[in-house]
Amino acid sequence: MPITVKIPAPLRSLTANQSEVAVENAATVQDALEELSRKYPGLKDRLLDEKGALRRYVNLFRNDEDIRHGRGLATSLAEGDKLTIVPAIAGGC
Amino acid sequence: MVFDSLAGAVGNTPLVRLRSLEPGGVEIHAKLEWFNPGGSVKDRAGLQIIRESVEKLRGRTLIDSTSGNTGIAYAWIGAALRVPVALVMPENVSEARKRIVRAFGAQVIYSDPLETSDGAIRLARQLVREQPDRWFYADQYSNEANPRAHELGTAREIWDQTGGRVTHAVVGIGTGGTIMGVGRGLRARNRRVQIVAVEPAEALHGLEGLKHMPSSIVPAIYKESELDRKLSIPTDAGWDMAERLARDEGLFAGHSAGAAAFGAQLVAREIAERGETGVVVTLFPDRADRYIAPA
Repeated sequence: MPITVKIPAPLRSLTANQSEVAVENAATVQDALEELSRKYPGLKDRLLDEKGALRRYVNLFRNDEDIRHGRGLATSLAEGDKLTIVPAIAGGC
Repeated sequence: MVFDSLAGAVGNTPLVRLRSLEPGGVEIHAKLEWFNPGGSVKDRAGLQIIRESVEKLRGRTLIDSTSGNTGIAYAWIGAALRVPVALVMPENVSEARKRIVRAFGAQVIYSDPLETSDGAIRLARQLVREQPDRWFYADQYSNEANPRAHELGTAREIWDQTGGRVTHAVVGIGTGGTIMGVGRGLRARNRRVQIVAVEPAEALHGLEGLKHMPSSIVPAIYKESELDRKLSIPTDAGWDMAERLARDEGLFAGHSAGAAAFGAQLVAREIAERGETGVVVTLFPDRADRYIAPA
């Protein structure tokens, strides 16, 4: 059972316009981002800064839990989990 | 000063010189839009839009999509002028914003956060299409009252406050209303004023209130041909500049103000490098208080 990753509209140009993509072998959020980045080059750079930390204006949720409130990128993932990338701001005007 | 309603206090915001950012020979000034009663530049567009909509409402509720500041403007002005207001906002707008607009009695409808502000636009359009007798669509992205507020107000104020010396206006793009109106109003007074837009460098960015045009629904009121130039500002540059403005100028400016100041300094440096003088005016949409999450 793969993990489902939900992609926000501003990043869908990198995922061939898919709003959901699957990740097969990820024990942690970090693993999921690595696998995503292999499939969709450029995605990781949008989410992580040059030191490898989650960018200040990006939120990641495992199911309904903000990973910043847990173990961050080391947060573990289990089969059937849903990982959602949410812009920290609503954008626009 | 005595006003008939708080709506009378919109506009006439202070212009403040930013000496710590100036290269030699070029002045940089910022218009502090958080001095508006609702705390942001959007009071100007909100008031103009509501004033021009009142006659057309015919019992309907004014509805629009917004990520925050426009919503706060509609909400308080609607309360002050007794116009019912509904707002479509992406669900990830800050808790503070949700509470502020509710305090003024506005109805709030949430859209999918993954679809960002374009998702809110699409949902507002759908609601209006489904129930045209219930909703009056204010549509800040297409409503010419939005730039008109700045052509009649902001531009005139900048002209008067600089004594007609302004040479460059550096302004962020959200709906595009501010820069279009400021551009038109200043150019009507001096054709040579340069109009420079600031936009986020990335599609997924952290400069709330600004729009990355290449990846967004382009607003009908936004006409790129009226700009002299567009600057792409990375989120981190805007955030760092906002922190610097607090430390060096005592200005607790929001992130989009940081990006605007960064752009203004870039333009000022280029003018100085050419050995010329200039008066660069930028605009700070709101204050950083608005982005502090409640503990």
